[in-house]
Amino acid sequence: MASEGTLTSSGYIKHHLTNLTFGCTDDGCGIAHSAEEAKEMGFWAIHLDTMFWSIFLGALFLFIFARVAKNIQAGVPGGMQNFVEWIIEFIDENVRGSFTGKNDYVAPLALSIFCWIFLWNFMDLIPVDVIPEFAVRALGIPYMKVVPSTDPNATFGMAIGVFLMVLYYSIKIKGFKGFSAELTMHPFEADNILLKILFLPINFVLETVALIARPISHALRLFGNMYAGEVIFILIALMFSGGFGALFVAGGVLQFVWAVFHILIITLQAFIFMVLTIVYLDMAHQHH
Amino acid sequence: MNINATLLGQLITFFVFVWFSKKYVWGPIVDTLAERRTQIADGLAAAEKGQAAQAEGEKQAAVIIGDAKVQAGDILGKAEKRGSEIVDEAKANASVEGDRILVAARAEIDTEVSKAKEGLRSQVSELAVAGAQQILKREVDKKAHADLLGDLAAKL
Repeated sequence: MASEGTLTSSGYIKHHLTNLTFGCTDDGCGIAHSAEEAKEMGFWAIHLDTMFWSIFLGALFLFIFARVAKNIQAGVPGGMQNFVEWIIEFIDENVRGSFTGKNDYVAPLALSIFCWIFLWNFMDLIPVDVIPEFAVRALGIPYMKVVPSTDPNATFGMAIGVFLMVLYYSIKIKGFKGFSAELTMHPFEADNILLKILFLPINFVLETVALIARPISHALRLFGNMYAGEVIFILIALMFSGGFGALFVAGGVLQFVWAVFHILIITLQAFIFMVLTIVYLDMAHQHH
Repeated sequence: MNINATLLGQLITFFVFVWFSKKYVWGPIVDTLAERRTQIADGLAAAEKGQAAQAEGEKQAAVIIGDAKVQAGDILGKAEKRGSEIVDEAKANASVEGDRILVAARAEIDTEVSKAKEGLRSQVSELAVAGAQQILKREVDKKAHADLLGDLAAKL
């Protein structure tokens, strides 16, 4: 709840959906104290909460996995090693199933994406007020959005990262000529040179739109799902504001039901993002 | 909800994490899994080999035991034969030895007998002379009648 504002429903929701933004306005540099101020900072501002939580969670994942990898032995595996191996084999199976090319980076990429997004999404299961309230009261931090996947910057950052890899491998595998041909010789094909030239711009527009649509849908699918889930959690949390009563109990029940349902969603979204990454990269590795 | 430099930060973080997970997570773990796979395959192959070796060994052992039985039978037969030979030999030796002892004993007995006869002869001759003295109530000249007494003793 905003430290300076009165407690209204819309204020509460707005507060929960505002990132801790650091950037510069005409008045100087610093942390934005309102969503409007954050907007004013333009492109060269940074969401400190998104950066902190995403790097923290990613580092947590890498730390656990790297520690297991460092002490790994081929003999009988222990508990943590078993768990890590289970995930690795799950990812490996998926990559083998969907990816036909040969590229050593795809499997670790899929692993990082799956675990990282899963941990991002997992933050959604922590009751919405716990960390922001702690940040306000104990640390004096006015805004704290803890789920990185509800920040389009995070999902777009990842989707664009995948997209760049798709472009890189498309050109590397097919050559610039092959890649251009892919963009301009489909879906309308012709043997006649004149028709070919005629179709070229049409094909190019169609294929480019299709190509650009991929990272956008990739990022927005994850963002949309997690953002909607987060908003519903916030709405449920609003029910607790009326004091103890029927609404409070209903809120508790709803919170539980939605959280259980969300366990499925967060895993599924992480899985979908990973599978789409593998499929896009597989397309980049295919010759026509 | 603003798109801003966070995007770039995330992008860079993403590539760093992917690189890290390839180098320090995926590589070692997948290598170890492959290593374990080969270890298990090796173990299974070794077990199979061991089983085959065991079967082979059992076969060989059966052959060896068969040979040993035959040999043992041979040795037993030979030993029995040798034993009976030794017994026969011993029997023959014993009878020869017995005969020898018997002969020696007889010879000894003969000499004892002749010695005793000698002794008896001289004593009988003296007794005869004494008897004759008593009968004749006179001195018999031992020297003058030595021939006579010698004859007598020889007749006894």
